[in-house]
Amino acid sequence: MSGETSSPVQRGEGQPSQGWRRFVENLRNSVQEQAKIFVQSRMAVAGLAIIVFYVIVALVSPYIVPYGPEERIYTAAGEWAKLQPPSLAHPLGTTESAYDVLSQLLLGARIAMFVGLLGAFMVAIIGTTVGLVAGYYGGWIDEIVMRVVDILYGLPFIPFVIVLVTVLGASVWNIILGIALLYWLSTARVIRSEVLSLRERPYVEAAEAAGASDFRIMGVHILPNVIPLAALYAAIAVGYSIVAQASIAFLGFGDPTVPSWGVMLQRAFVTQSFGTAWWWVFPPGLSITLVVTGAYLVGRGYEEVVNPQLQEK
Amino acid sequence: MVNKRYLARRFLLMVVSLFTVATILFFLFRMVPGGPMSAIMSPRMTEAARQRVIENFGLNEPLWRQYLLYMWQLLHLNLGESFYYGQTVKGLIVDRFYNTMVLMLTAFLISYTIGIYLGAQLGWIRGTPKERAAMIVVLLMRSTPVFWTGMIVLYLFAFELNMFPLGGMRGVGAEYSSVSGKFLSVDFLYHLVLPVFTLTTFYTGLPLLLMRNNLLEVLSEDYIDTARAKGLTNRRILFRHAARNAVLPVVTAFAIAIGFAVGGQVLIETVFSWPGLGREMVKASLRSDYPVAQGAFLLLSTIVISMNFLADLAYTYLDPRVRLGGT
Repeated sequence: MSGETSSPVQRGEGQPSQGWRRFVENLRNSVQEQAKIFVQSRMAVAGLAIIVFYVIVALVSPYIVPYGPEERIYTAAGEWAKLQPPSLAHPLGTTESAYDVLSQLLLGARIAMFVGLLGAFMVAIIGTTVGLVAGYYGGWIDEIVMRVVDILYGLPFIPFVIVLVTVLGASVWNIILGIALLYWLSTARVIRSEVLSLRERPYVEAAEAAGASDFRIMGVHILPNVIPLAALYAAIAVGYSIVAQASIAFLGFGDPTVPSWGVMLQRAFVTQSFGTAWWWVFPPGLSITLVVTGAYLVGRGYEEVVNPQLQEK
Repeated sequence: MVNKRYLARRFLLMVVSLFTVATILFFLFRMVPGGPMSAIMSPRMTEAARQRVIENFGLNEPLWRQYLLYMWQLLHLNLGESFYYGQTVKGLIVDRFYNTMVLMLTAFLISYTIGIYLGAQLGWIRGTPKERAAMIVVLLMRSTPVFWTGMIVLYLFAFELNMFPLGGMRGVGAEYSSVSGKFLSVDFLYHLVLPVFTLTTFYTGLPLLLMRNNLLEVLSEDYIDTARAKGLTNRRILFRHAARNAVLPVVTAFAIAIGFAVGGQVLIETVFSWPGLGREMVKASLRSDYPVAQGAFLLLSTIVISMNFLADLAYTYLDPRVRLGGT
């Protein structure tokens, strides 16, 4: 592919390879432009660093954890080493079931980052597609789509996921399903209004006049310009999704066999150990706060640069 | 000024929303493994109660008849009977509804007062290191999961300092003769402190950020320069001239913020064992008491939908610049 860029591009309307190349080209320009702005914001870079750090933790944790997530720790006397405060052997102490807190914390990053990133991805894909179609076609399609969005806004998120999990069973996938069903709404609204304004740009009109298909205009000319905006919303959705998963797990609707920050907090709460075992309660809560702050910082820092109004005044 | 057509359309949307949510719920609960009947088979229930539930739900009828029956009963606000408590769902959730609203509205009023005041102050000192530090704190507070804050607050003030109760809404043996007596007693307020404090740490962020951003906008207006030229004190400019004009959008966002916050009440109520709608719904779901889970969800959803409706109305009424829905 890269070798072809130097040779003159073979023209031919509707030829898929050319459409694809134009898409990549437009996307690259758009991304490069945005990336330049992005690195100017220290907030955004700091936020990104936090997210990347936790992604790395999630990836390497199975190889570095000192104990299994449900590996019972015994004292010298052969009893369960319950609720041990931090020590050299267990830097974050042990839980009520005599598990190592540090190991659970590190392994918990896996499910958090998995739900966070997959949830954000779903939000971006669904929100962008819906916003793009509604904004581009307008008319009754837009009307129907936006009314559906309005109606879905009436479903409170956490109770809805509780119903889903009650009906379909406690699994991370059902929480992701809930995120996919309800968290795309604001993204779709924002993308739609952006598409409404892009649609009136001269190059879109030119493409229309040249006889390009709707699909081509949406994909090649409009989509690359809204992808950075979708990415911004996806960044914020990383935080939402992680909190959503932890909340559901905390309420007791999580999968208890998978180590996660929410399940850790739920165990600490249900056993009432949180009144004494601060070493068990603080690490997962602080981790959630940090990742979510990271996601917000990425979003806000970026927004501040894109929208100079926010910055200067 | 009032747009009747817009009002009618918006009202219709609200009705359609309620109808759709009720329909979604109906079909979701029919998908429960073993059917909603599975819980009734528990030996807790008497034969008569079992028959009554089967009749109430029309569970031996085809699905579409069941659906019609369900909708018909819903129209008459008949939400059935709890499998667990044996009392009507309506009576149960209305009681829980008050508890939820008292907690949420108290927290909201305090958060909005603090948020508007601090937001105005932060907007005034914009760009200073102090403001940047404060913004980071706000961001951290908004990122903290509210149930975790609740646990930390309980750890500090209930376990360590022994200052406040661990949870619940009233002390052992406390009795009240009336509703106002229940919500105004010292005992109740004592139980209210920690959950309200926890919620406030989370809710304050939104009005604060809104107020700050609005104030930044207002401060660039000409009349602020005029006020400065007149030699007014900073305090007077900020509160008499700038903040007053910046506060309107924050107030109209109140309703929509409540709508968004309703679902999250589940968490705070669980942490503080607050006998509200959300906690009732969690308990009902865990013990397969579907009529209660369904009723509680419907009521939560109704709050969200009506708050969104009120927010839209507030926008059109209070801000003359907003013109929606045609002529």
